[in-house]
Amino acid sequence: MPTSYHIVVCGSIVPDPLQTLEPVTTPTGPALKNELLLPAVLDPWAGHALFEAAHLAKQHPGSKVWLVSIGPKAKLQQVMMTVAQKVPFELIAIDGPAGGFTESAEIAAALAEAIQGLPGLDKSRLLVFGGWESATRGAGTTLQMVGERLGIVDQFQGVDQLTVRPDGSFQVLERIEGGRHQVSSCGALPALCGWATGNLPEPPNNPQVGMLNMRTVMPALQRAKPTKISNEGVTFPSVSLPKQRRETKIVKDMPPDDIAREIVEWIGKE
Amino acid sequence: METILFLAHTESDGSLGQAALESLAAARTLAAGLTGSTLIAGLVGGSVQSAADQIAGCGATRILGVAAADFASSRYSTDVVAVEALARAAAATIVIAPATSRWNRVLAGAAQRLDGRIDAHATGITAADGKPGLTRWYYRQRMEAVVQRTRRPWFILLEAGCAAAWNGPAGTAAVESVAAPLTDANRRTIVTGVQAPPTDQQTIRPDAKLLFVAGAGWTKAQPDGKAHSVEAEEIILDFLGKTKASLGSTKSLVDLSGEGQAVLKFMTHLNQVGQTGSTPRHPKGLATCCHGEEPHTVGWRFINERRAINLNPNCSWAQGKADVLYVADAFVVMRKVNALLAAK
Ligand SMILES: Cc1cc2nc3c(=O)[nH]c(=O)nc-3n(C[C@H](O)[C@H](O)[C@H](O)COP(=O)(O)OP(=O)(O)OC[C@H]3O[C@@H](n4cnc5c(N)ncnc54)[C@H](O)[C@@H]3O)c2cc1C
Repeated sequence: MPTSYHIVVCGSIVPDPLQTLEPVTTPTGPALKNELLLPAVLDPWAGHALFEAAHLAKQHPGSKVWLVSIGPKAKLQQVMMTVAQKVPFELIAIDGPAGGFTESAEIAAALAEAIQGLPGLDKSRLLVFGGWESATRGAGTTLQMVGERLGIVDQFQGVDQLTVRPDGSFQVLERIEGGRHQVSSCGALPALCGWATGNLPEPPNNPQVGMLNMRTVMPALQRAKPTKISNEGVTFPSVSLPKQRRETKIVKDMPPDDIAREIVEWIGKE
Repeated sequence: METILFLAHTESDGSLGQAALESLAAARTLAAGLTGSTLIAGLVGGSVQSAADQIAGCGATRILGVAAADFASSRYSTDVVAVEALARAAAATIVIAPATSRWNRVLAGAAQRLDGRIDAHATGITAADGKPGLTRWYYRQRMEAVVQRTRRPWFILLEAGCAAAWNGPAGTAAVESVAAPLTDANRRTIVTGVQAPPTDQQTIRPDAKLLFVAGAGWTKAQPDGKAHSVEAEEIILDFLGKTKASLGSTKSLVDLSGEGQAVLKFMTHLNQVGQTGSTPRHPKGLATCCHGEEPHTVGWRFINERRAINLNPNCSWAQGKADVLYVADAFVVMRKVNALLAAK
């Protein structure tokens, strides 16, 4: 087993979760109102994948991390200004849509093509990382298809931990039902991990890392090739916001004893 | 005319779980709604005969099975071969499967092998005007869309709790065995087991009637100027023990735990509900010490009846998200709730 890795992280941007989102219809399908004006952040689970990748690379000198991102070029640039301060990576930018209504199979094709084209990529040392689900489409489908296109059958999803053992094999913890983890071990690369939250806090901004990254980030953005996502064969007859607004009864000045009684009664009711 | 494959894996005891039976019901309804369609069942497991017998009366024209020790547990590299083999053997145009963690992690790969398409986390499957369609949420449960596709095969992962489970008669089924050939390359990953928190710290209970959500308020300074994390922990664990409720958390609270602050020890990222956490399904939910901003309330999308306790009447729960907001001290109220439950 190798002692250093080529880690390719697939991850893009999503609207800042604190923004109000409203669907609109466009000639090419549904989209968000003012999509290009909404402030964006790195997709949270993809962010965890990136931080885990950087952590692993640091522990195994000689490793390298790429971040492959499909998104509208201008938005990618904004978000990369912050992300580039966090951990060292080389950006591969692809100019395309990043919204929830884009077809994951087509996104997967574009990602796989970009990964295959990475100069010097060594598949015997390859780990493909990404968020197990995006905060846009939230499907958990893209990475599996990227893996298939790259011929990777050792795939793991909902990963919270990857531990490299002294012999180079690794152990993976994947989320399963009921707050539990399935434990697997694998002795071969390439492998693919769709990360859940993992165990690492978000790294603080580091201006030195930022300066180093920026040398490749800006040219990568300038080079970003446009990719066409046609959403072939899919239609969305409706996209709507949940209308239901609850009539909240606000109970003030009720003695705690009475509140407790009411709650216990409510819990017990079928 | 569609060929609908209901696809399920067995549970560790060889039976089909609740989520599988719900998907079966949805598959049957879809088949009935699309004139001339065929329903086929495909089962994967260590052995599949008892699962097949369980659904013998479901009306599937064929029951296909991939069974061997290699298929007893969830592993991408073997499951993808099994699913591909079953979908091909059935010549399926639509595949309906329960959104279990096992199927969630492999069906997209299988769809890729068949040059098909997939929709995960579907919350409903319909046949309107002879056209199959599904509903699912986008942007982490913030908007709901209806999706239709012309591309086949179309894989659909149906969330648990979205259809009534099929409960027809069992019988003796004839299973057509389907070959799913493996090589050593499919066995490089070895599943060694399941890691679960100790039973007294097992706080996530998907089948619970009540979701109890704790917010960061439990760890904040209280009117006496001090934080009371130990007491908070006791109150919450006591309540969970008495009600067997499932425990959810806001992001702020689990993040505090991650930063090693003295907080609720049994709380992990797996408890987090919301935009970047889970959106569990429970009939009732009680939020305590939660501020209730939008990314958090997304975690309540599939909770039917919602109540909240917060000191602050202007907490965002007051804005149409909960049915009842008790403006009160959660420490005081929950202690009394526990006492009442103990006296029962
Ligand atoms: C990218 C991103 C993703 C996010 N994803 C999520 C997510 O998945 N899930 C999530 O939950 N949040 C998420 N958030 C964070 C979310 O916006 C809120 O910040 C968070 O939910 C607030 O947590 P809280 O209510 O526990 O804490 P606080 O905002 O600190 O609120 C504490 C509350 O406790 C109350 N309180 C204190 N003491 C008592 C007492 N004794 N009795 C009663 N009430 C008391 C206070 O009045 C206050 O309302 C996300 C944010 C971002 C930016």
